[in-house]
Amino acid sequence: MDGVVLALGQGFNGLSVASLYLLAALGLALSFGLMRVINMAHGELLMLGGYIAYLVMKAVPGTAGLLLALPAAFAGSALMGAAIEAILIRRLAARPLDTLLATWGLSLILQQAARNIFGPIGVEVRAPAWMNTAVTLGPLSLPTTRILILVLCVLLLGGLALLLTRTRIGLLVRAVNQDRMMAAAVGIDIRRVDMVMFALGSGVAGLAGVALGLLGPVTPTVGQTYIVPAFLVVVMGGLGSIAGSTAAAVILGLFSAMAQIFVDVSVAQVLMLVLVIAFIQFRPQGVLAPRSRALDA
Amino acid sequence: MDLFRKGVSRRMAVLLASVALVSCSKDSGPVKVGVLQSLTGTMAISEVTVKNAELMAIEEINAAGGVLGRQLEAVVEDGASDPVTFSQKAAKLIESNKVVTVFGGWTSASRKAMQPVFQRTNNLLWYPVQFEGNECSPNIMYSGAQPNQQILPALDWAVAQGFKNYFLVGSDYVFPRTANLILKTHIADRKLATAGEEYVPLGGADFSTVIAKIQAAKPDIIFSTLNGDSNVAFFKQLAAAGVSTTTLPVMSFSIGEQEAQAMGPQLVQGSYAAWNYFQSLDTPENQAFVAAYKKKHGADAVVTDPMVHGYINVYQWKAAVEKAKTFDPTAVRKAAVALADSPSPMGGVKFAANQSLVQTAYVGQLDTAGQFKIISRSPAPIAPEPYDRLAFPGKTCAPT
Repeated sequence: MDGVVLALGQGFNGLSVASLYLLAALGLALSFGLMRVINMAHGELLMLGGYIAYLVMKAVPGTAGLLLALPAAFAGSALMGAAIEAILIRRLAARPLDTLLATWGLSLILQQAARNIFGPIGVEVRAPAWMNTAVTLGPLSLPTTRILILVLCVLLLGGLALLLTRTRIGLLVRAVNQDRMMAAAVGIDIRRVDMVMFALGSGVAGLAGVALGLLGPVTPTVGQTYIVPAFLVVVMGGLGSIAGSTAAAVILGLFSAMAQIFVDVSVAQVLMLVLVIAFIQFRPQGVLAPRSRALDA
Repeated sequence: MDLFRKGVSRRMAVLLASVALVSCSKDSGPVKVGVLQSLTGTMAISEVTVKNAELMAIEEINAAGGVLGRQLEAVVEDGASDPVTFSQKAAKLIESNKVVTVFGGWTSASRKAMQPVFQRTNNLLWYPVQFEGNECSPNIMYSGAQPNQQILPALDWAVAQGFKNYFLVGSDYVFPRTANLILKTHIADRKLATAGEEYVPLGGADFSTVIAKIQAAKPDIIFSTLNGDSNVAFFKQLAAAGVSTTTLPVMSFSIGEQEAQAMGPQLVQGSYAAWNYFQSLDTPENQAFVAAYKKKHGADAVVTDPMVHGYINVYQWKAAVEKAKTFDPTAVRKAAVALADSPSPMGGVKFAANQSLVQTAYVGQLDTAGQFKIISRSPAPIAPEPYDRLAFPGKTCAPT
């Protein structure tokens, strides 16, 4: 009986971890899908969202602060993302390897800036008191914070799906994604589409930063902790596929949570890497190959 | 043995002669000592305060007339939270700056990286932080707690409270692994139970599974050797899972006054810690020390166990130099272990023959202001044991 309860609890924990991985990975999937650019500074956009949440919730504590922190973190990270796109990535668009290096350098600069401004020790985003409770479901007790993060993740996925399939910008994005040259030829301003999508992906990273801040401290290196699983999710999902990333996040989250029943956290991480490597060997295109779903961005 | 002694004394004679030749005019000038802590990087937040305490001791000694009639000149270097830098800077201090001794180090990795340098140059390092034991270098004075001066007294306290089922959580590196090995051995020896043992990577922030396992194992108390920011995530997620420190006590070995302040006292209030010093210690020596430190570094400054160990190290070095009547490191370390018990902010201390400090162990409980209420102390100062008798039987420090 205890074993069943533990497995059920781990099922929930796995979904919770999956939602964090996916929040961290969505922005990466968006920017890679559209521009074929790997943004190594993506983790620092997460970090920025976390620090914005910290500042907002220090000024306005409680539930109102959290409701304010979400749009503020989205806007702040999106602005930063737009600036990165305009100043760095656009100018290196034709040289993907250089973008890799440049965004990595940017990531180091942003980490050090955070260290200088906020100090090397983490700051705490204080969640409203009602979130520090657990919902009891039979023998299970599920932390409210994690349930809310799951809900946030699902809402965000739905929103992105609507945006890409039902709006004009979504149409433009899909057009640019299918054929950049042709889209430019018919008069689509592909640079603007690039920038909007990059800013959107960055904003999503900012939201992810708020979610992380509710569970742990915000540190200058918080992005680094999540960037590796985020890359794993994007690679395993099929580079650039949002539906694929979602599937990959759920697989990795559940796998790691179930593995942790038998081994400790460090070993579970090793097993997760082994799983991804083995998976890529047999299915290099990922869970869902890009260009096979309308959701692809 | 005689031959060895002769060798040493001959070398000393050469050394003294060369010192006399080079600096015969400087004999009354200042003598240099090294202070080597991380002033930048991830460890800076903790180590800068230890540097402050060490410098405060040096200033106090200078104001009182110096050592053997000579003023001290502190040469401060930055270990940059990087073991390789620590060893390079140690070599630089000894070989270029010609310091007679060095106060510094924090992580075990930094100590292990510096040890060969001190051995090669036959200099002396004064190390201020609690650690996992299993080491005794003749070139290092270990004033921080050995496992039997921090971890085992905490276990004694917990056993006396009637706790029978222990859950061990730690960051994944040498200190927590060794500490928990010792704890498990002693818990089994007392016919009590270890409900679980979990490690997360250093800096890890996801405790969902660890907490699920804790809830399933239903322990009486958690012993935590988590380090740094992982503590914030752990306590936060524990609270979010509906586990409060009042229903399930947590005993931490890496949370001091400063960490509690940085984490936010309300997050960790009610949890326990074991150290050899708490700022709240009610002795005249400690009140004078805390007042002096606050006067220098502001009323909000807090004082922690490693800071006091750094401060004590400087005074123990001074006493040993005065007993040996020379700055020579070999003579100083031999004199240091022969000193009488001396008062300090943390009570009476003295170095044992194995070059570790004899000291009292305390258990404290965090209040809402981030200070510890002392709830238990060892009946007498505890002699240091670098090798745990149960976990590492038969191992001892070779006499030096």
